[in-house]
Amino acid sequence: MSALLSVRELSKVYKSRQGPVRAVDSISFDIASGETLALVGESGCGKSTVALSLLRLIEPDGGQVIFEGADFGTIGEARRQRLRRNMSIVFQNPYSSLDPKMRVRDIVGEPLLTAYGLRGKEQRARVEGHLRDVGLGPEHMARYPHEFSGGQRQRIAIARALALEPRLLILDEPTAALDVSVQAQVLNLLRSLQDRLGLSYMFISHNLATVEYIADRVMVMYLGRIVESGPVKRVFAHPAHPYTRALIDSIPSTDPRLRHRLKPLRGEVPSPLNAPPGCPFAPRCARVMEACLAAKPPFDPIEQARSVACLYPLEQEADS
Amino acid sequence: MSEVVLEIRDLSVDFPGLGETVRAVRDCSLSVRKGEIMGLVGESGSGKSVTAMACLGLVPPPGMVRGSVEVAGRQVVGRAHGELVDLRGGIAAMIFQNPGSALNPYFTIGRQITDAIVCHRDLTPRAARVAVIETLRLVHLPDPEIAIDKYPHQLSGGQLQRAMIAMAMACEPELLIADEPTTALDVTIQAQIIVLLRDLAQETGLTILFITHDLGVVASLCDRVAVMYAGTIVETGPLPELFDAPAHPYTERLMHTVPRMGGGKAELAYIKGQVPNMAHLPKGCAFHTRCAYATEVCREQPPAARVLGDSRLAACHHALGALHLREIADRGAG
Repeated sequence: MSALLSVRELSKVYKSRQGPVRAVDSISFDIASGETLALVGESGCGKSTVALSLLRLIEPDGGQVIFEGADFGTIGEARRQRLRRNMSIVFQNPYSSLDPKMRVRDIVGEPLLTAYGLRGKEQRARVEGHLRDVGLGPEHMARYPHEFSGGQRQRIAIARALALEPRLLILDEPTAALDVSVQAQVLNLLRSLQDRLGLSYMFISHNLATVEYIADRVMVMYLGRIVESGPVKRVFAHPAHPYTRALIDSIPSTDPRLRHRLKPLRGEVPSPLNAPPGCPFAPRCARVMEACLAAKPPFDPIEQARSVACLYPLEQEADS
Repeated sequence: MSEVVLEIRDLSVDFPGLGETVRAVRDCSLSVRKGEIMGLVGESGSGKSVTAMACLGLVPPPGMVRGSVEVAGRQVVGRAHGELVDLRGGIAAMIFQNPGSALNPYFTIGRQITDAIVCHRDLTPRAARVAVIETLRLVHLPDPEIAIDKYPHQLSGGQLQRAMIAMAMACEPELLIADEPTTALDVTIQAQIIVLLRDLAQETGLTILFITHDLGVVASLCDRVAVMYAGTIVETGPLPELFDAPAHPYTERLMHTVPRMGGGKAELAYIKGQVPNMAHLPKGCAFHTRCAYATEVCREQPPAARVLGDSRLAACHHALGALHLREIADRGAG
């Protein structure tokens, strides 16, 4: 499989009065055509900065974003804009991402007007098709966002993101603002759309259970760096990085008999302003050694399609 | 049976509007015993928060409260603001979802906790400071002597929630009402707060009404749970029994919709349809339009709560109650 998107050593540094904040620190990854890559981590770890830099909604400070073979940093503005149509985003909160003064048909139709100058009947037909894809009917076209529930609004946001028929959809916590009963519907919808349209997803989430459901591969981020990546099933069954293990152990099980298994991680994410010199996770790690404090661990492959940034990764067993 | 700290009986809260009245809470009954952690679960708009507000007499106008709420034996409904001053923060305290907006950004957290303490206890400034440091230590806020002089923006979300819990615990309340206190936090911090509340309840005998939409949080923290739907409690019971065998179809469906670790790629279940409009509730059972087991009686008559066994109740015409009822009768006779 060739990569649809290749990211090489992407970095973003925000300037602040207290000094530079390394929000994203030299991360590299690929997304293949038709694949779902999940990006997980706690708030402030740089997940959304990655998403926004891919779309060039913020300008990265270093590294390359290569989409469909073209390096976004070196190609001209016109070509970049054309390529950008093949990439789209769905935001977390459908209550703030839809303009309350626009009707549904204009929300979904606007990208078509801007990109292709489509209007009138042609636009209407396309909008109807995209709404049908997300399970909404023509009777919804003339309504305003406030007339819809949260789950329906997120469907409208998805229809808008699909309007230009992108190849890559970036989903930034698309179900975090929804109730569980609705979350399941939206996740099912995303998966069936992917099957039908051959989309690639970059799925950003802090909810590991939804990641397991939707993603093929996962990357775990901590303080602007990727600490572990690999196939979802392997990583969640046998995490190699102590932080991944800790994230999994922090999820409360729905079985009350397993409540003793909830093991909180000590401490909190350090401020990126004074990130530790060695491994960023060292101050919270139960297995920390002297070498961890000295230098940042390299992000090295440990097995097929799996890498980890830890000097002393957890033991791996074969899949049973 | 041990002492009941919170007794809600037939509580209803209506919000009259132009032409229609939103019935946010309808005939809710719930009792929480001393030292118990009771989970109140439901989706957005199910009336969880309004119920919590009513427990402290905090329902904002034009909300109309009917029924009875007794906190440590004191009636809350219908009391004037002045009569509830020593209840709020003293006998019962509340923590909220977003600690960042619940604290005042202009004052240090020490000052804000001090205010809460001197409201209820007659202490000199020096003694109050000692008491504040003591409560901050109780919630394991790191370096309490330094943290006390910090402003809210200088603390992280998890630290702020600890400070909020410290403020709530400052006057040693009998009842703590926690309204989604971990929803805005990361999972690792959420786990810390769950363990903290569990320890506090064990060490101090605190009673907690814990409101959440997260069944995992309920499973890892609560002794009993009440499930709310469309403004009313549809099922109550102890854990793990209730999660093992939910009696109400809504609880059963809700438990199926939660994606869980290890679930793999199996298609996720969901509840068809939508939560009803609280101003125009369907006739009969409020859940019948979404329920797979609905029959004629569900469309016509609102179900009454049925006793299903030891402290288990379900408001469903089809809850499997007959057998249990017979068991209870037998036990009563024997």
